[in-house]
Amino acid sequence: MSELTVKNVSKSFDGRKIIENISLTLHPGELVSILGVSGGGKTTLFNVISGLTEPDGGQVLLDGEDITGKPGRISYMLQKDLLLPYRTIEDNVALPLMIRGTKKKEARLQAAPYFKEFGLEGTQKQYPRQLSGGMRQRAALMRTYMFSRNVALLDEPFSALDTITKSSMHTWYLNIMEKIKLSTLFITHDIDEAVLLSDRIFLLTGRPGQLTKEIVIREPKPRRKDFNLTEEFLNYKREILAALA
Amino acid sequence: MRKRLQNITSTINTLAALLVLLAVWQIVCVLGIVPGYMLPSPVQVVSAFVEEFPLLMSHLRVTLTEAFIGLLCGVAVGFVVAVLMDRFEKLYKAVYPLVVLTQTIPTVAIAPLLVLWFGYEMLPKVILIVITTFFPVTVGVLTGLRSADKDTMNLLRSMGAGRMQIFRYVKLPGAMGQFFSSLRISAAYSVVGAVISEWLGGFSGLGVYMTRVKKAFAFDKMFAVIFLISIISLLLMKLVDFLQKKCMPWEDAHE
Repeated sequence: MSELTVKNVSKSFDGRKIIENISLTLHPGELVSILGVSGGGKTTLFNVISGLTEPDGGQVLLDGEDITGKPGRISYMLQKDLLLPYRTIEDNVALPLMIRGTKKKEARLQAAPYFKEFGLEGTQKQYPRQLSGGMRQRAALMRTYMFSRNVALLDEPFSALDTITKSSMHTWYLNIMEKIKLSTLFITHDIDEAVLLSDRIFLLTGRPGQLTKEIVIREPKPRRKDFNLTEEFLNYKREILAALA
Repeated sequence: MRKRLQNITSTINTLAALLVLLAVWQIVCVLGIVPGYMLPSPVQVVSAFVEEFPLLMSHLRVTLTEAFIGLLCGVAVGFVVAVLMDRFEKLYKAVYPLVVLTQTIPTVAIAPLLVLWFGYEMLPKVILIVITTFFPVTVGVLTGLRSADKDTMNLLRSMGAGRMQIFRYVKLPGAMGQFFSSLRISAAYSVVGAVISEWLGGFSGLGVYMTRVKKAFAFDKMFAVIFLISIISLLLMKLVDFLQKKCMPWEDAHE
């Protein structure tokens, strides 16, 4: 588990400021959500943190080390699973290890024990197209986990799934987080999802996007089964809606 | 299962159409609507084919050798050119129009020139086949490489993948489908290219055989060799399909 710190990050494209002065800290084992409307700069922030985009100003630190503009340290997972269609699930999840130079056989061996934990047993030799959307997202998360066991960025990972699958994925996700203890930065536009999964929520609003409010969800983890039907849940939701209005 | 059934029915339909066509052809010949010396009947063509079989096979061996060597070199050239054009944008801008230009030159027009330059042996034929077969491969592979998904490439970059790794894990396998589609076209071109180049000079090969039987007005043998060429082209395309299935097992994975 690692600590991720984002310090005063700003970024503009073509003279237009997209995000301004964003600072946040992700503590080990925490799940922090960034909640905001689509097109509000969430993905830009994301690209800066993963090192794909160099910010105009500010820093990204992983356990105190400056990783600004350096890809290869923090990986992410998107709404699209981005599994390579011509590789089996086993070889897809082993890919990050192979990119680091591990031999194929060895990479497969290293990935093997995690199939069970991620609920992917028996899919090793299957191709992505043979799996359902939910299963593919599991595989994508497993691949992210194989890449780095400490921090993951998830950009609306479940938003392309139907409501029923999505809800079962949330349960699954909360479950697996108990086991693998991954510090996660979670980007979403779904308020329910944010309240349900997060320890803390930041609201990203305005143009350029800024973090305007922090909400701490004081519900202990693992979350109660019907947490999303409780009065507390609704109160958090009201607070967020009021802040967004 | 249903797919297989559909395949069988469509094959049956095609076969039926072919049989009807052959029957009409045979009837036209038997009734003497077209004089026999101009249009031999299917039966005559088959008997000419059987009669000439050993000779046809020895010519076929020469033609196929040329076609294979030419195709192999053509595919290699086409592939390398595509990879280089994908890698270097400037090269793409400079060379791509020229590559297209080479395709506006009719094969039949440059074949005699190649014969004058390189003689009557194998070389001019192989060169002609290379010229005709590299183009589909270049275009196909280039399209495949350039259409690689940006998000996927970014994801791999975020995992620390370099240019070579992105090429190996994303671009190359992603271009395989396009590669095989163009290989099918090139395979068919290679046989036709070999025959055309043999028309214009040479000592053996199906093209040489064709010019000989043409001079003898042996229409039945003419038809026999035409059918042989198209059957060979078909078989080559089937061979490419087979290779594709072997090389792209994910295409066949049942859902």
